[in-house]
Amino acid sequence: MKLSREDVQRVTALARLRLTAAEETSLTAELDSILVYMEKLNELDTSQVEPFTHAVDLVNAFREDVVTNEPNAEALLANAPEKDETFFKVPKIIE
Amino acid sequence: MNLHALTLHEAGEKLRKHEFSSQELTDSVFHRISHTDDKIHAYIELCRDAALDQAKQADQRLRQDTDPTPLLGVPIAIKDNFLTRAIQTTCASKILGRFIPPYDATTIKNLRADGAVFIGKTNLDEFAMGSSAENSAFFPTCNPWNTERVPGGSSGGSAAAVAADQCLAALGTDTGGSIRQPAACCGIVGLKPTYGRVSRYGIIAFASSMDQVGPMTKNVEDCALLLEALAGHDPADSTSVNRPVPRYTDALTGNINGLRLGIPKEYFVSGMQPEIDIAVRDAIRLLETNGARIEEISLPYTEYAIAVYYIVATAEASSNLSRYDGMRYGHRAPAMDLIETYMRSREEGFGPEVKRRIMLGTYVLSAGYYEAYYLKAQRARTLIKRDFDDAFKRCDVIVTPTAPTTAFKIGEKTQDPLQMYLSDIYTISVNLAGLPALSLPCGFDTTGLPIGLQIIGKPFDEATILRVAHAYEQSTPWHKEKPNL
Repeated sequence: MKLSREDVQRVTALARLRLTAAEETSLTAELDSILVYMEKLNELDTSQVEPFTHAVDLVNAFREDVVTNEPNAEALLANAPEKDETFFKVPKIIE
Repeated sequence: MNLHALTLHEAGEKLRKHEFSSQELTDSVFHRISHTDDKIHAYIELCRDAALDQAKQADQRLRQDTDPTPLLGVPIAIKDNFLTRAIQTTCASKILGRFIPPYDATTIKNLRADGAVFIGKTNLDEFAMGSSAENSAFFPTCNPWNTERVPGGSSGGSAAAVAADQCLAALGTDTGGSIRQPAACCGIVGLKPTYGRVSRYGIIAFASSMDQVGPMTKNVEDCALLLEALAGHDPADSTSVNRPVPRYTDALTGNINGLRLGIPKEYFVSGMQPEIDIAVRDAIRLLETNGARIEEISLPYTEYAIAVYYIVATAEASSNLSRYDGMRYGHRAPAMDLIETYMRSREEGFGPEVKRRIMLGTYVLSAGYYEAYYLKAQRARTLIKRDFDDAFKRCDVIVTPTAPTTAFKIGEKTQDPLQMYLSDIYTISVNLAGLPALSLPCGFDTTGLPIGLQIIGKPFDEATILRVAHAYEQSTPWHKEKPNL
């Protein structure tokens, strides 16, 4: 086994997810078999190989720092689960 | 005449000659959808009123414009992971709730300006994660050639809609094969352009180092036309590349004399459906008869591609999908405090495959595992890219099968994620290396399901891919076959 139930619980918390006990059981088995498959990469000696960064050679894409979009609070707030005038309303963050 | 059955090129030409109007053409497409989509389920959302309005405006421009664009008045379907202003966008996920984008993706904005007519948003695997369109939070899409089969994925809705004449062409996205594999399953043409060739601005991100937008069409000429409209630099996408867009239709000369086709021996191995092996070898022979030269090549790191892909793609996905927190848009579950709100919203909003990939991606990036998995995979990815660099010293394009099997049965692979991942075996290396590649029909299996031929090109050499694909298409009947609906 590459992966324990405790690993799955730790990762669930990191990913801000929640799983049922049944999901936890099936995911432990599924992720374990996927990770075992990925062991295949250990066959490769990559000590002399640089990690891949970009598919195409691009240097930083600079542009002038000018506003290109008009402020449109109404449109941006239209999808808010909760709002108050021109603010997003969210659960209390600071105790 | 069944207007919906026309190709994009044919319809555009006839519109410009005023043989019929865009409104008549658009009506014909909606009529076709109402007669077939109860069997196919290609569309999540139809935008009939807005489409007829666009068609009306297109008709006016067709009468007035001195130099109308090739897309003016032509009905197009859009995969539901493109942001479309004022048209609901779901990404086939519940987590977006009733999300109405406040802006258009750059590609959508450009097609709007060209006068294309938007029919609706097509089904996909949730967040484009899947190879069958079964991971949609709403419903699976059926393959028009056999409705018990999947259409492939993740752009399954777009592929099925094109094959069923429910649009004249469609847009898809491809992160690991999501344009090419469904194109193969549904017997249409699909092209994943070079990374950076088409703007990704306004595409819902899955794996940002590989995501790319591309055309899904009824034939190669349409593919060239639609790519021309999509390609180009976009200052809003810092990975988009600023280089001129060729006239891809000029590449369709029919002449492939002396062109070198690389045939990678690693792509013709056991596990492939025998009929696919035969069809692809026949296709290679035909191209040789038409003047191409065959070079046997080797891509020795092919067997590591799936492991690399599912580490890199899930790592990027886990990071990209952290934005779905129920705060500014999308689904928010009622809960006691902030953390609880995050967890419950994400628990209720994401489907099983998305959760699986977020978990895998979070794991491979987490402390203590980053070097063993993520960094290892990025090093192996360099080797895969070098394979292609070496191979392209000896050939102009690489020819392979698109998928190891024809369309599988709905439900056949849903219980075994690893088996599902293996459907991408011939397509994912291309995304890892950022290359362009196209799938086009090259025959049918004994049960009448389409087989796809993949043509991979050098970076930014979509023109040569299209030239080879077009030459093949001109000497074969496959693209003229239609499913019986």
